[in-house]
Amino acid sequence: MNTNGNIYTVIYTTLVVVLVAAILATVSQVLAPKQDANVKAETISQMLSAAKFYEKSELEAMGNDKVLAAYKDAVKEAFLINADGTLAEELDIESCEIVTTSELKAQNKLLKDGATSGIKLPVFIFDQNGSKVTVIPCYGAGLWGPIWGYIALDEDLRTIKGVYFDHESETPGLGAKIKDDAGFRETFSGRSIDFADESAFSIVKGGAKGKDNAVDAITGATMTCNGLNAALNLWISAYEPYLNAVQPKGRGPVEIELVENGAAEAGQDETPANEN
Amino acid sequence: MNPIFKGNPITTLILGICSALAVTVQLKGAFVMGLSVIVVTSFSNFIVSCMRNSIPTRVRIIVQLVVVSLMVILVDQFLKAYAYSIEKQLSVYIGLIITNCIVMGRIEAFGLGNKPIPSFLDGLANGAGYAMILIIIAFFRELLGSGTLFGFRIIPECIYNAGYMNNGLVILPPMALILLGCIVWVQRSIQKDLQEK
Repeated sequence: MNTNGNIYTVIYTTLVVVLVAAILATVSQVLAPKQDANVKAETISQMLSAAKFYEKSELEAMGNDKVLAAYKDAVKEAFLINADGTLAEELDIESCEIVTTSELKAQNKLLKDGATSGIKLPVFIFDQNGSKVTVIPCYGAGLWGPIWGYIALDEDLRTIKGVYFDHESETPGLGAKIKDDAGFRETFSGRSIDFADESAFSIVKGGAKGKDNAVDAITGATMTCNGLNAALNLWISAYEPYLNAVQPKGRGPVEIELVENGAAEAGQDETPANEN
Repeated sequence: MNPIFKGNPITTLILGICSALAVTVQLKGAFVMGLSVIVVTSFSNFIVSCMRNSIPTRVRIIVQLVVVSLMVILVDQFLKAYAYSIEKQLSVYIGLIITNCIVMGRIEAFGLGNKPIPSFLDGLANGAGYAMILIIIAFFRELLGSGTLFGFRIIPECIYNAGYMNNGLVILPPMALILLGCIVWVQRSIQKDLQEK
């Protein structure tokens, strides 16, 4: 048989490609639930490690079920907020409902366009030995692909407790340091957000000295750091209405209205009684 | 046995260096990477060998590439489902097995001209040769760079207290290249016929 004819070649390659596509589609369908569970546990462990409940390596050794259990144990509230900072909808804690990276991507597009309708930003509130830790995400573009991360804020909603960043395809050893270099992530801890400044938080080249709302960028990773800087500022300012609404200490956007109506004077000067 | 020692793809043919430098910081990653390459080389060699009489010569490279990509994506999908943290650590290098010259090289040189079973064994041996070098390098890098093997502490705490420190340079890629050079050196001093005049 002539295996070099044009018709044979076209039919042969078509068959091979269709066959391969069918195999890949089947495998991907079969493995999808398991992969999704892994991604979910990974996202949750990123939040937990940003809020300094565990080291990331500890969480990786724990396995998916224990990570989910640790999350349920620590989380107090999880909800989505509208663009003006008011409550949009609750996230189910029992089933560990979280916001996926693709949902963050969609929100990022809306934020960039300056849209106000359709914005639903996630807020996760954890209880850490009685003190409240608020975790918010950010999302943006690095050099080669998307970067995203979680910022954990202390009870005053200004001081950064910890951060965790992840990326899809930044250069190993340079841009990938936003995730791999624990030292870089540690420089965020104790810094704070300042909405009065031109940019609420910045990652700058060698100029972070003495500034409370800035950290030094990573050498050799300018593009990734610029992307991270833009992502942080876009997302932090998107949360500004919410962060201001619950200042200095309150439970959430819904309760705030009640506080203002009645018990404002009584509650404001004292430390609010812990809900537990 | 030839591809494991004398004709080793990394030390003799100097193929697949990029990933050998990148994924050998820890034994666990090197082990999984080695295993993945073994699976990809052996099975893609086997499949191409089964198809060898029907592949049109003009598009053979493309057909080979499709087969190799199929295997690599399958490996990647399985790792994502069953070894997620390692998959994340290996990141792009799993996908880059597609471009690893060992795989395509063996298919062109062996799989296209031989029966399926010998081709499978040829792929297996070449993958194993690659994996072996990876594991040797990772052994030294993890031991000297982190004081651990497979994540377990080997160098006891008391030695650290006596002033011993992990060698940070070993963690970085240049040291892997130097280690690789040492392995090539050792191999060539044993097998004199590999030395170039």
